[in-house]
Amino acid sequence: MTQLLGTNALVQLGMRRDRIMIPVWLYALIAVVASTGYSYGRLYDTRAARLGFASAVATNGSTLAFYGHVYNADSIGGLTAWRLSGIGAALTAAFTVLLVVRHTRADEEAGRLELIGAGVVGRYAPLTTGVVIALGADAALAGLVLIAQVAVGLPFAGAVAFALGWFGAGLVFAAVAAVTAQIAETSRVANGLAFGVLGLAYLLRAVGDAGPSWVSWLSPIGWSQQLRPYAGERWWVLGLFVALAAVIGAVAYGLVERRDIGAGLLPTRPGPAAAAPTLRSPLALAWRLQRGLLAGWAVALLIYGAVIGGIADGIDALVQESKGTRDIITDMGGTKSLIDAFLATAAGLLGLAAAVYAVQAVLRLRTEETEQRAEPLLATRVGRIRWALSHVTIAVAGSVVLLALGGLSAGLAHGLRSHDVGHQLPRVLGAALAQLPATWVVTAVALALFGLRPRAAPAGWGVLGACLLLWLLGPSVHLAQWAMDISPFTHIPKLPGSAFSTTPLALLTAIAVLVAAAGLAALRRRDIG
Amino acid sequence: MPAIDIQNLVKTFGRTQALNGLDLSVEIGEVHGFLGPNGAGKSTTIRVLLGLLRADSGEVRLLGGDPWRDIATLHRRLAYVPGDVTLWPNLSGGEVIDLLGRLRGGMDERRRAELLERFELDPTKKGRAYSKGNRQKVALVAALASDVELLILDEPTSGLDPLMEEVFRECIADERARGRTVLLSSHILSEVEALCERVSIIRDGRTVESGSLSELRHLTRTSITAELDTAPDGLARHPGVHDLNVDGTTVRLEVDPPQLGDVLGELTKLGVRSLASRPPTLEELFLRHYATDASRERSTPEAS
Repeated sequence: MTQLLGTNALVQLGMRRDRIMIPVWLYALIAVVASTGYSYGRLYDTRAARLGFASAVATNGSTLAFYGHVYNADSIGGLTAWRLSGIGAALTAAFTVLLVVRHTRADEEAGRLELIGAGVVGRYAPLTTGVVIALGADAALAGLVLIAQVAVGLPFAGAVAFALGWFGAGLVFAAVAAVTAQIAETSRVANGLAFGVLGLAYLLRAVGDAGPSWVSWLSPIGWSQQLRPYAGERWWVLGLFVALAAVIGAVAYGLVERRDIGAGLLPTRPGPAAAAPTLRSPLALAWRLQRGLLAGWAVALLIYGAVIGGIADGIDALVQESKGTRDIITDMGGTKSLIDAFLATAAGLLGLAAAVYAVQAVLRLRTEETEQRAEPLLATRVGRIRWALSHVTIAVAGSVVLLALGGLSAGLAHGLRSHDVGHQLPRVLGAALAQLPATWVVTAVALALFGLRPRAAPAGWGVLGACLLLWLLGPSVHLAQWAMDISPFTHIPKLPGSAFSTTPLALLTAIAVLVAAAGLAALRRRDIG
Repeated sequence: MPAIDIQNLVKTFGRTQALNGLDLSVEIGEVHGFLGPNGAGKSTTIRVLLGLLRADSGEVRLLGGDPWRDIATLHRRLAYVPGDVTLWPNLSGGEVIDLLGRLRGGMDERRRAELLERFELDPTKKGRAYSKGNRQKVALVAALASDVELLILDEPTSGLDPLMEEVFRECIADERARGRTVLLSSHILSEVEALCERVSIIRDGRTVESGSLSELRHLTRTSITAELDTAPDGLARHPGVHDLNVDGTTVRLEVDPPQLGDVLGELTKLGVRSLASRPPTLEELFLRHYATDASRERSTPEAS
């Protein structure tokens, strides 16, 4: 056991570092579970409503691929499991990967592990620490999910299977991350490899649920559903999680034996010895630094658009029996046509997603400043305004690209399913692009904070969060109009379906330009660093 | 016209006074040493010179211009190496060198290749893979290969090994021969002594000494060790004698420059068998300022 020496102390140190991050994740995931169980109980309170919903799911390829099958249509638990066991397992796996890599490869990369490794610490201790912390968090999550489900009145056995389905996914992906943390030399690559495996697992499950069902069995995420919570639990599936995690985990510990501290098995690829001729402006640098982020968002919004577009045409059947769901959708979408209201809601969410990206892209300026990478640039001919505008350009152009891609994929999917591409594609694309001015206002506020109060720049996220809350909850709690009007997204016409007007779009764009100009003017006058 | 001319510069951050009436003058074509303990305000001064920080008051002239207003024109003519170099994790060293060179307005390709070889730097590594010393080399190559009049270097050798430090010294000697002006902030006194004609020493945001090394030496005591025929008596009362240490007929003492002649006369009267005198090293000069700093703090521990 000398190989594990020091694990205890390292786990305690790690828990202290994660005392904020872990509870936030747990809270978010549990809130989703509890609110889903609760709202399904209210929305589908009759047998007919539940059966109608389930038959609509079973005939829609998009919903099957995204969520899976409804295995027990006649219970709230069955619907909750349909909605959350696969997605929740994937989120648990993602959370686990981040934790394991953070406590292994990220520490090693930062040189902290070297400091620790010189102390009285066994060879296996750091990896074990990461795994123990992640699995401890997963166990706490599973326990709390179990309690939340029982608390909203779901059967105990089903709740146990549901919670263990998530934990099982966490177990397997803790092992996967333990391996990628040995293979890759940087935490970015380690996370990327593990997320690649996770994406593949989710994809296999989606293929299996929409097509040949044996494919789902290739995926640990599929196993979480095949446990069949609330639908005649199949406990033996748990053995699959344990067996796979044991095999992958053994590989990880084997790799620890075979490598030096600081090194990976995948060598980092060398870069070019000289810069490409195009890398000669702040804008070219900003693009180089930000293109990965944009690519990730583009893939996410393409998939989201395709799923939404695929569901939209069948939305009538999905919510036929539930007046409550209809009301929520038409309230948020602002039109009586259910399909249009659904698409308008989706367009609003696309707009908010693009705003998250744009704020992230603009706040890169602050990171560049605090990490002292702005200083050498600003010591060249590059002025502050040109430097700031380089990242602003990426944020603004990126938001256009994202909304265009999301709108195109949603419009195309919806058009194909409703056999009316020529009419639907421009409508949905237009609805997505109409979100742009609201996105820009939020981006401009983040830029203004960066210029005026650089230390408060992260408050840009708070502004965005407030917009999201107003958008999400405002209509259902019938919030006063003046309060709704605070968010720029309220002023975007609810397209498709409502009347289109350019006035609010022009006004929002003008506000964004003014706010951004104020931020840039402040940046000119303040100290850097 | 001097390359850098700062008079009575004041800069405060909130309640902390970083610079408190600092003066600095660097002539064109000289290598000027900029010395001071940690936190004395060296980096703050440099960042004011680069137009990153705005002076609260005082006069700052850089290459004949105002560093806050004339950024675009001034920055064509200077190159800067920060004390703590951070690189973009995904860019290779070669890419960073080229990017900075281009943004500065062009670099000498032949010189770039020559410097990479002299500093033994692999330009294909990614930013995150470099050690501190190698990150510094990336910034140094980018600055030295640029065709500029003024180099501003903020502790450029703090991460270099002794061999590379030697290479750095050769490079700066070359720069001086080419007539470039260098402001060298440093902690390594032997480096400053080897490279700089003039130095400025700052403390608590204020310039405490400035001048050529020989001028500064005149301001400081000379240490003398002498073996005499008879044991000395009364030397301690002589004005200008400090730190007297008598061991039989051997004396060690330090003497202020104006009294040097008188004290030597006294010693001669006692019969000198051997005599060694040594001018103060820069280190002693520097340590004197540190020591006053520390002893002053000791004498007024509750002052703040």
